[in-house]
Amino acid sequence: MTKPKIASDWICGCAGCHMSLLDMDERILKIVELADLRSTPITDLKEPDEAGVDVGVLEGGINNSANEEVAHKMRKRAKILVALGDCAVFGGVPAMRNLCGVEAALKRAYVEAESNEPGSQIPDDPELATMTQARAIHEVVPVDFNVPGCPPDADTIFYVLSELAQGRKPEIKDEYLHWH
Amino acid sequence: MTQKITIEPVTRIEGHAKVTIHMLEDGSVGRAYMHVNEFRGFEKFCEGRLYFEMPQITPRICGICPVSHHLAAAKASDALTGQTPPRPASLLRELMHMGQIVQSHGMHFFELAGPDLLLGFDAAPEIRNVVGLIGANPDLTVKAVQLRKFGQNVIKILGGRRIHPVFAVPGGVNKALTQAERDSIREGIDAAIETTQVGLQIMKDWAAKNAEDIDKFAVFPTGYFGLTTADNALELYDGNIRLISREGAELERFPVGDYLEYIQEHVEPWSYLKFPFYKKMGYPDGVYRVGPLGRLNLAEKIGTPLANEELKIFKSLNNGKPVENTLYYHYARLIEILFAIERIRVLCEDPDILSTDILNTRKDYKGHGVGVIEAPRGTLIHDYTADEDGKLTKVNLIVSTGHNNWAMSNAVDSVAKTYVNGPDVHEGMLNRVEAAIRAYDPCLSCSTHAVGQMPIQLDIVAPDGSWVKTLKRD
Ligand code: SF4
Repeated sequence: MTKPKIASDWICGCAGCHMSLLDMDERILKIVELADLRSTPITDLKEPDEAGVDVGVLEGGINNSANEEVAHKMRKRAKILVALGDCAVFGGVPAMRNLCGVEAALKRAYVEAESNEPGSQIPDDPELATMTQARAIHEVVPVDFNVPGCPPDADTIFYVLSELAQGRKPEIKDEYLHWH
Repeated sequence: MTQKITIEPVTRIEGHAKVTIHMLEDGSVGRAYMHVNEFRGFEKFCEGRLYFEMPQITPRICGICPVSHHLAAAKASDALTGQTPPRPASLLRELMHMGQIVQSHGMHFFELAGPDLLLGFDAAPEIRNVVGLIGANPDLTVKAVQLRKFGQNVIKILGGRRIHPVFAVPGGVNKALTQAERDSIREGIDAAIETTQVGLQIMKDWAAKNAEDIDKFAVFPTGYFGLTTADNALELYDGNIRLISREGAELERFPVGDYLEYIQEHVEPWSYLKFPFYKKMGYPDGVYRVGPLGRLNLAEKIGTPLANEELKIFKSLNNGKPVENTLYYHYARLIEILFAIERIRVLCEDPDILSTDILNTRKDYKGHGVGVIEAPRGTLIHDYTADEDGKLTKVNLIVSTGHNNWAMSNAVDSVAKTYVNGPDVHEGMLNRVEAAIRAYDPCLSCSTHAVGQMPIQLDIVAPDGSWVKTLKRD
């Protein structure tokens, strides 16, 4: 029997949710035994397999055009989509930007900051993504499992991934909703 | 026509980046760029928050080194309210910081960069990762996982959680260390040192076998910048900033609060990450490097015995002159892990470490404060101004990875020119280009605090700007 495929990516988050995933320590060996880790930020495949993966995990919310593309691609290619962590589930700390707006934030960083060279301008090369309102994943694509926490506990992440890898539906409640 | 190669995203780095390689008509590389493609805007949206919230908000800039932001924010707040922490509190903060150096550097060497070193730059991308390492060397992988766990546990014991801990507050910390906790930290020290020494041996053997690559892989002069002790020993938690020239001569030494007199940030239209430089020399002449390589070039000695012996060997690589090779960042990182573990031992043995005198509540409110720390990736600066109610009116952040932005861009350009020739590019070459970035262990979440995340992509573009080829790994 082939192992279920898991892919993951981080978009507008801080990498903390993936670090919490690594915080399962030796249990990562168990996950590797149960599932085939495809594209992730710590492996070298660049995007989820075109033929599809069983589980797609996204850390971080969506705050620019490049994030949107990643979310759509993951949704299209993953049978089950997991939103991992508060940024993905609610927007999280990066969504505080919505309070001041993109323009003001860009201006502060590239034009006004005390340490900037005089005359500095907001970067605008076509290679760069366009900034948008910061949103939770479910505001852009449908999500199957929301796993809150900033970050969620390693125990919770292990539970969710190992249940999904074995074809079971994780129930995210009680001790798996414990964080502070 | 010209061509462009795009590598996106650059993998096994923290955050997202994209590389574009622009080719000339004859098929050689014209110029390669590293684009950091995310912006979050922390500086702006923290305005109006209360200064004492910053040790909890700013760690969300980066989950790999949250402790750096946690502590830099606390230090800036100490200065802002004039609450100097008692000695035991500073020791405990430093202890947490050392735990972070071990976990962050350890993860980088073994889990992110290790696959290139242990499996090879040209190994198939499907296996060139930590899972491949598990297959190739399960014992070492388990040890590496345990090394990271050792560092993460120090953070958890002090701050209640491994990621985004709750510990430092303006004027000190919120919890003392118990004897049982101290002893449990101590128990792991010997094993952690042993694993680090295995890593050092791997690095040295690899360097001996790959001397040619190391010497042609992004070797270039820059200044070096970072905290240092009064007698120029390696320092990660506190002290003055020292800047040395490419030859190793001291250019400046100044208190952290004066940073705006010495450095400035340059903005390029093609990256959301700014380019800091030494003001007196201008951009780009005044560029410098930070992080493990920069710090070991700055340090004349290390205050712990095992790491100090390793530093002597390291210094001999370039006969006492600054070591310029990008790939030696990995080597320097391991020596710093050794220092951090030895320092954990010293801190655990300090008579003040179990003291409950951990908070100074007497304020001498200034309304402005700068906090600086040597994060795993280099010098991190938090600069806050607040009104009389403690509401922030101005926030300026210069993060570690930013200081290395010019160096990373230059390394990408240099490696692309050395290894890529013509549009007939194979994956291993592109992986080398990415490895140039990986060596700096960039924290793109950190660097794009202002913006966001940093995608890396490699486009080959012809001289007229027309697209030639986008390389993807899958
Ligand atoms: S939820 Fe928290 S830990 Fe996860 S990415 Fe967002 S800020 Fe980081």
